[in-house]
Amino acid sequence: MTTTTRERARVCPTPTAVWLVVEGLWTWYRRNWRSSAVSSVVEPVLFLLALGLGFGSQIQPSAATGGLPYVQYLAPALVVASALQTAAFESTYPVLAAFKWNRTFLGIASTPITSRQLAMGQLLWIFLRLSVSSAAFLVVAALLGAVTSVGVIGSLFAALLTAMALAAPLVAYSASLDTEGQQFSAIFRFIVVPMTVFAGTFFPVDQLPAWVRPIVWLTPLWHGTELSRASAFGTGELLPVLGHLVYLTALVVIGARLAVRTFTRRLEV
Amino acid sequence: MRPAIVPDVVAETAVRDGGLVRARGLTKQFGDFEAVRGIDLDVEPGEAFGFLGPNGAGKSSTMRMVSCVSPRTGGDLTVLGMDPRTQGPDIRARLGVVPQQDNLDNELTVRQNLHIYGRYFGLSKAHVRAKAVELLDFAQLTDRADAEVEPLSGGMKRRLTIARSLINDPELLLLDEPTTGLDPQARHLLWDRLFRLRQQGVTLIITTHYMDEAEQLCDRLVVMDGGKIVAEGSPGELIARYCSREVLELRFVTDKPDAAAAEGLADRIEVLPDRLLLYTSDGEASLAAAHQRGLAPASSLVRRGTLEDVFLRLTGRTLVD
Amino acid sequence: MSTTTQAPETTRTGLLLRVLPVGMYAGRSRALVERSFLVNRRTWLQVVSGFFEPLFFLFGLGFGFGKLIGDVVGPGGETISYVAYVAPALLAASAMNGAVYDATFNLFFKLKYAKLYDAVLATPLGPLDIAIGEITWALIRGALYGTGFLTVMLGMGLLTSPWAVFALPAAILIAFAFGALGMACTTFMRSWHDFDLVQLALVPMFLFSTTFYPITVYPGAVQFAVKCFPLYHAIEVMRALCTGYVDASIVGHLAYFVVMALVGVVVASRRLGKLLLA
Repeated sequence: MTTTTRERARVCPTPTAVWLVVEGLWTWYRRNWRSSAVSSVVEPVLFLLALGLGFGSQIQPSAATGGLPYVQYLAPALVVASALQTAAFESTYPVLAAFKWNRTFLGIASTPITSRQLAMGQLLWIFLRLSVSSAAFLVVAALLGAVTSVGVIGSLFAALLTAMALAAPLVAYSASLDTEGQQFSAIFRFIVVPMTVFAGTFFPVDQLPAWVRPIVWLTPLWHGTELSRASAFGTGELLPVLGHLVYLTALVVIGARLAVRTFTRRLEV
Repeated sequence: MRPAIVPDVVAETAVRDGGLVRARGLTKQFGDFEAVRGIDLDVEPGEAFGFLGPNGAGKSSTMRMVSCVSPRTGGDLTVLGMDPRTQGPDIRARLGVVPQQDNLDNELTVRQNLHIYGRYFGLSKAHVRAKAVELLDFAQLTDRADAEVEPLSGGMKRRLTIARSLINDPELLLLDEPTTGLDPQARHLLWDRLFRLRQQGVTLIITTHYMDEAEQLCDRLVVMDGGKIVAEGSPGELIARYCSREVLELRFVTDKPDAAAAEGLADRIEVLPDRLLLYTSDGEASLAAAHQRGLAPASSLVRRGTLEDVFLRLTGRTLVD
Repeated sequence: MSTTTQAPETTRTGLLLRVLPVGMYAGRSRALVERSFLVNRRTWLQVVSGFFEPLFFLFGLGFGFGKLIGDVVGPGGETISYVAYVAPALLAASAMNGAVYDATFNLFFKLKYAKLYDAVLATPLGPLDIAIGEITWALIRGALYGTGFLTVMLGMGLLTSPWAVFALPAAILIAFAFGALGMACTTFMRSWHDFDLVQLALVPMFLFSTTFYPITVYPGAVQFAVKCFPLYHAIEVMRALCTGYVDASIVGHLAYFVVMALVGVVVASRRLGKLLLA
C-alpha cells in the first residue's frame, strides 16, 4: 500500500491560505454547531418574542417607534445587536483558547500559513458565521411579521459591518492576552451589555439624559442601529448614512490591522 | 511493504552550503535575556542530530528558530538552503515539527486532525485522505481514527502529533522533547517509529532530557548550556572525551567518603555526599586497588560511562530552575 | 441578616446527615469559602463588575422602556412607575443568574479541569463540605450584589414599604435554591456543549417570567406554563416585598424554593460523592 497520489506540499497564495484557515475552523464548528445555534439564532428570536411581541403589546405605536408597532421597530435593530453579541463571544474565548488552551494556532504557525493569513482567516470565519446566523434570524423575524420591507437586506449588511467593527479589534485584543480570560467578563459587562441596553436598540437614544448621548455615539452599535433602521424603514439620508459607514469601516480596518499585528507578535517570538 | 513515508526528495534537495541546517553565530534575545548566545551548527542530510541541555539552555529557542516560527536576533541561519527570514513559508512547507507540548485540536477526531493539518500545506483533499490512512497505520492509531482526541492517552497523542508532522512528507523532522512524560512502552514504540523514519532517509533533529534516548537515537549531538554549545560529537566521542570507559561508584553509609584516600586511583574523582565516583578505564582494577588501600565502602558498583556522566560534568549537578 | 441565612442552614444539615451516607460531611465547608475568598481577592474586578450588570438594565429600562410604556399596574392593582415594576424582577433575575452561573460554569471548570476537588477530598473534607462551601460562597457574593442593588433602589425611591427589609433574605433563599439545583445539574454534564442547555433554560425564563410585562399578556395555557417557572415565583415574592402588597400567597412561593433547595442539595452532594469518590 503505497500512496498513489504523490503530491508535494506547497505555499498557497494568500486568498487560498486564508480560505484554508476558514476550512479548519469550519471543521471544528461542524461538530459543535448546536451551542452557537442556540446563542446566535434561538436567543435573539426569544428576545424578539418576549420584548417585541410581549412587551410590545403594552406599547402604543408613537413617534418614538417611528409610528410602527414595537416589534417592527425592534427587529431591524435586534439583528444588529445580536450579531454584535455573537461577534463579541466569537472574538474572545475561542481566540484565546486557540492560542493558549488548545494551542491549535501554534500548530498552524509551523505550516506554510503565515500569522497574517491566520488572523485574516479568523476574521473571515467570524464574518461568514455571522452572515448565516443573522440571515436566519431575519427569516424568522419575517415569519413573525416583524419585517416591513426588503430594505431589511440592508439591515443584514449593517449588522455584519457593525459586528465586524467590534470583532476585529476584539480579536486583536484576545490574541494579546496571556490570562485565563478574566478580562472578557469585564468587556461583556462594561462594553457589550451597556451597549446593547443603551445604544438605541430598544428605545430611541434621545430618551437618555443629554450627557450620556455622546458616549452612545462612540459605540459601533449605535451607528449600526441607525444604518439598519434607515435601510429597513427607508428613512436614510445621504450624509448621516455615509458617516456611519465610514466610522464602522474605519473600525474594521484598524481592528484587522491590529489583529494581524497581535497574531504576529504572539506567534513569531 | 512499509510505505515510503518520505519521497526521494532528500537527494534532490539543493543543499549547496553543505548541510540541511547551517547556523553561524546564531543568537536569540528576549528583551534583556539572551537565550541563545552565538552558536554554530551543521546538520547533514540523513543524520539524527540531538540537542542536550538542562532547562533554559536554549534548546527550544534554537529549535523554534530552525522551524521558522521564531525570528533570529542575530547571526546567519539557513534551513534547506533558504533563509527563514524571507522564505519562512517555503521552508515550513518542507519541515515536520513536533512541539514540546502537543497542540492537537482536542475536540476533533484523530483523522480530522490529520486532514486539516495536511490542508494547511496546500495538499488536495484526496491526497490528504490517502496519506492519513497511511499515517494512522504508522502511528498505530487506525482503530482510534474516528475517536475524539481529548480522551486519548499521552502516548497516543504524542504519536498522533508525530503522524501529523509527517503529513507533508517532510525532509527534516524537528522533535522537541518527543518522549517527555511517556511510559516506557510508549517511549519504545516512539523510538521504533523514529528509527524507521531515519531508515527512510528523513533527517531528524531532537531535543531531549533523556540520555538513553540521545544515545539510542542520535548520530551526533551537541550539549548546550547557558545559550552556548559546550560540547559536540557522537555519543561515543563525547563519553571518551568527557568521561571514561567505566565508572566505579563507592557508596558509604556511616563514615564520610574520603577523597584523599582514593587519590590517584582514577583519572578523575568526584565526591558526593554519600559516595565517591571514580572515572577510570578499568573499574574492577580500581576497586581492587581501593580495597588494598583500606577503603571500606558499604557497597560498590562498576558501570559503563554514560552520556549522563558527560552531561552532569558539562552542565553541573546543581538545579537550574 | 446573617441569622436569617444561617439558621435554616444548620437545621438543613442536621436533616441531610440522616439522609446521606457517613464520610460525606466533616463540618469544615468554611475552608472552601476561605479559598474562594482568597481567589476572588485576586480577580476582584470580575466580582465587582457583576454588580453593574443589573444596574445597567435598571437604568436602561427606567429611562428607555419606562418612557415608551408610561405607568403600569402594580401587584396590588395600584398604578406604579415602570421602573418600580421592573426593578424587583431584575433583583430576582440577577439572584438567579449569579447563582446558576456560579454553580454551573465555575463548578464544572473546577470539577473537570482544575481538578480542585480531588485535592480537597484528599483532606478530611467530604463532598457535602464542598457542596455547602461552594454554595455559601455564591450566596455571600449574591448577598453583596443584592445589597448594592437594593441600595440603588432605595436611592431611587423605589422601596416604598417596610416589607422591603425582607427582600434581601428572600433573594438569598432564591439564590440558594437556584444554586443548589444548578449544582445538581452540573454533576450530570459531560462537556461544555451541555451548557447550551443552561442558557436555553435561563434565557427564556428571564424573558418570559413576567420580568418586563404582566402575565395577563399571555393566553391561559401559556400563563399556566409561566407559573411553573421558578423565576416567576421569585419575581412574585420580590414584587410583593418591594411594593408592600404582601398576602398569604407569598408562603406558597417561598415553599417552592425551600423544596427546590432541598432537592438540589441532596442530589448535588450524592452525585458529587459518586463522581469524586468513585
